[in-house]
Amino acid sequence: MKTLEELKAIRDKAKQEMEVREGNSGKVRVVVGMATCGIASGARPVLNSLAEEVHRLHLDHVVVTQTGCIGLCQYEPIVEIYEPGKEKVTYVKMTPEKAIEVVDKHLMHGVVLSKYTLSSTAL
Amino acid sequence: MYRCHVLVCGGTGCSSAKSMEIMESLEKELKERGLDKEIAVVKTGCFGLCAMGPILVVYPDQVTYCMVAPEDVQEIVEEHLVKGRPVKRLIYDESMQGTEETKRLEETDFYKKQKRIALRNCGIINPENIEEYIARNGYEALGLVLTEMTPDEVIQVILDSGLRGRGGAGFPTGLKWKFASGNRGKVQKYVCCNADEGDPGAFMDRSVLEGDPHVVLEAMAIAGYAIGASQGYIYVRAEYPIAVQRLQTAIEQARKYGLLGRDIFASGFDFDIELRLGAGAFVCGEETALMTSIEGHRGEPRPRPPFPAVKGLFESPTILNNVETYANIPQIILNGAKWFASMGTEKSKGTKVFALGGKINNTGLVEIPMGTTLRTVVEEIGGGIPNGKKFKAAQTGGPSGGCIPAEHFDIPIDYDNLISIGSMMGSGGLIVMDEDTCMVDIAKFFLQFTVDESCGKCTPCRIGTKRMLEILDKITEGNGTMEDIDELEELAYYIKDNALCGLGQTAPNPVLSTLRYFRDEYIAHVVDKKCPAKVCKNLFVYKIDPDKCKGCTLCARGCPVQAISGKTKSPHAIDTTKCIKCDACVSCCRFGAIYKD
Amino acid sequence: MSLETENKVPFRGTKEQEEELLRAIEEQKGKGGCLMPIMQKAQEIYGYLPEEVQKIIADQLEIPMEEVYGVSTFYSQFHLAPKGKYQISVCLGTACYVKGGGDIYNKFMELLGIVDGECTPDGKFSLDACRCVGACGLAPVALVNDEVYGRLTVDDVKGILDKYRDED
Repeated sequence: MKTLEELKAIRDKAKQEMEVREGNSGKVRVVVGMATCGIASGARPVLNSLAEEVHRLHLDHVVVTQTGCIGLCQYEPIVEIYEPGKEKVTYVKMTPEKAIEVVDKHLMHGVVLSKYTLSSTAL
Repeated sequence: MYRCHVLVCGGTGCSSAKSMEIMESLEKELKERGLDKEIAVVKTGCFGLCAMGPILVVYPDQVTYCMVAPEDVQEIVEEHLVKGRPVKRLIYDESMQGTEETKRLEETDFYKKQKRIALRNCGIINPENIEEYIARNGYEALGLVLTEMTPDEVIQVILDSGLRGRGGAGFPTGLKWKFASGNRGKVQKYVCCNADEGDPGAFMDRSVLEGDPHVVLEAMAIAGYAIGASQGYIYVRAEYPIAVQRLQTAIEQARKYGLLGRDIFASGFDFDIELRLGAGAFVCGEETALMTSIEGHRGEPRPRPPFPAVKGLFESPTILNNVETYANIPQIILNGAKWFASMGTEKSKGTKVFALGGKINNTGLVEIPMGTTLRTVVEEIGGGIPNGKKFKAAQTGGPSGGCIPAEHFDIPIDYDNLISIGSMMGSGGLIVMDEDTCMVDIAKFFLQFTVDESCGKCTPCRIGTKRMLEILDKITEGNGTMEDIDELEELAYYIKDNALCGLGQTAPNPVLSTLRYFRDEYIAHVVDKKCPAKVCKNLFVYKIDPDKCKGCTLCARGCPVQAISGKTKSPHAIDTTKCIKCDACVSCCRFGAIYKD
Repeated sequence: MSLETENKVPFRGTKEQEEELLRAIEEQKGKGGCLMPIMQKAQEIYGYLPEEVQKIIADQLEIPMEEVYGVSTFYSQFHLAPKGKYQISVCLGTACYVKGGGDIYNKFMELLGIVDGECTPDGKFSLDACRCVGACGLAPVALVNDEVYGRLTVDDVKGILDKYRDED
């Protein structure tokens, strides 16, 4: 180790890998429904592509996590986004491709993709 | 890229409760389900909640599982990691808030009053991976010191921070460094780390070594730069095999990354560290004895002066700090002396780690700001005393310390307050005692420890403590007189004034402090021939309450010496001349009819 | 702790053990304070430090036997006599003591018929009281070799011994 810059490079790289372990207060939470119904309709690849995309774009303020059955089994895979101080947004019938779109538009630029939200689908 | 990290505590407490077996079956289970690329399993250091071990924490959900058994692994994987439904029955009880949401670990009563500086990485990083330490700003303080500060500036920061030695006596760390700083570059000097944590009931240092070994290496290198030393020694108890192994791994990694060795940060500064294992001698925690032991001799203390700062290891100027002291150094460098000095009381800055033990619900490791009251520690953080019993005293400072009675329950804990009430900070063992603890017996216990561990070099300690123990034996057996109590006290002061080293000088403290606050218990043993807590076996008898006894004969059958007699369905009685007080009858009785009198 | 008892077990060191020891001495010799690390290595090789082994160390380091013996008798982790196949250590640290570690210890002594530091005549069990092993959350604690038994009651002791008795 010869310079502080060298150390910082290692730090930044390692920090990203440990991001998952930072506290999540004040952060945006992206929650994927991972009950049997969700998994059966393909929630796992959705979860993984969300996690990878968030990581790739260095969105340090976003936590990707999972939850149990949300109770709307026919709309699975479901992804819910909780932003501090804002209404919860529920995306339904997600695919890995749609999930990446959600990250790029919603999480990066704050644009809610209403075409995928629950309200757009007739209940 | 892992979407989820499962942290498994690999500290000694949890390892003893099979956490490594749990980790292996977790890894196996994840692999079988093809989840091993999505979910990382990380071995980490102590979370402090040792009583609830083995502990598992799942991130990013921050769900804490406690008392996990290997057979629970499958359920955790199936329910939580696959389906996202935390397994409620295993969640740390205190963290269950209502029914749906679980509290995060740092929001529980156990954690929220704590302030983690020395323990900041314990339970978060993998101690066997240097990059995780670096991710949490590890080795930045060393880099900063070597590239931007002069050695004198480093010492000044430590002086200004007000940091005092965490090993017991509380000597200002900056001052110690300053004394050893003369003649830099002209003479051989050494930096030593005291990791010979020997106080019974204390395991703060072990947790740092196991959970965050690099912080000690980094701080020692900083100390080396400050005083002008190029070689460090860590003297660690051989009884801590996990700590030894992680330190060894950490040293090798630091060397590989060029953070130990030659020309660190291209500053021209060389520093390396060697491990030395103790071999089971408590006295080696005393600084001069520790150095004698590193030199390969019997670990006997030597008179001071000369102090180690002038003539220490291999006759060279040496500084010796304990593990927890070092664990504070990098944070002080990075955040500044003012930051550190803003915590704590006027003369005791920063935080202190305590190992909570004895009669308390949350046994484990806590780090609190100096000045926190004993009441907060015991009742709020420690979760109070089990079985609704009453707090009687807390013991701090191990065999060198004393008891804090209930009347000082609201005292803010710092170095000077503890000394003023006849105890001491010590290394941080804090043993809670309830009404069932006999204070004479506790004094005897600690004295027995010192008698066993006295190195034998000086007479007051070798013979004096033995005589004190004999008097205590006499008292607890019911043969004591009031003169014995006076003699015990006189002898205690004599040893305090005349013993050679810190071990001997403080050996009488447990006796003196119990005499100060619980003299009535000594008198009860001597005059009434009674042990109020019913611990000293010669001073109570077992009796059967005829109103509660149903005559079920269980006790009579359980008694190994046939001391219990009585007819079926009528009250039994114990022949006290035959009774050996083995307590077997008490555990047999289903009606709570047997009591001590 | 108790005085080391006279060694009745004959020394059965092998050539390989001696070679390993000599290599270790060669590696460490000349370094400051090398005596203890060498003795620790020797104990690792032989399981204990009989007089014969201490003599080799003294000869190789060219120091008086008295110095080696002085160190080996000072530290409680050096053993001059062999240990049982199953080494039982009962923690009598403060936390364990307060929670009844003493009773557990007495029960072991009673059931094995030996006292502190002794080994049963069949060489199967040896018993020691030990200082805090740091598993205070599990108090009271006992160790059999490296296996930890926590949250013990007096009634558990017999079961633990039976488990090892049955193993052969």
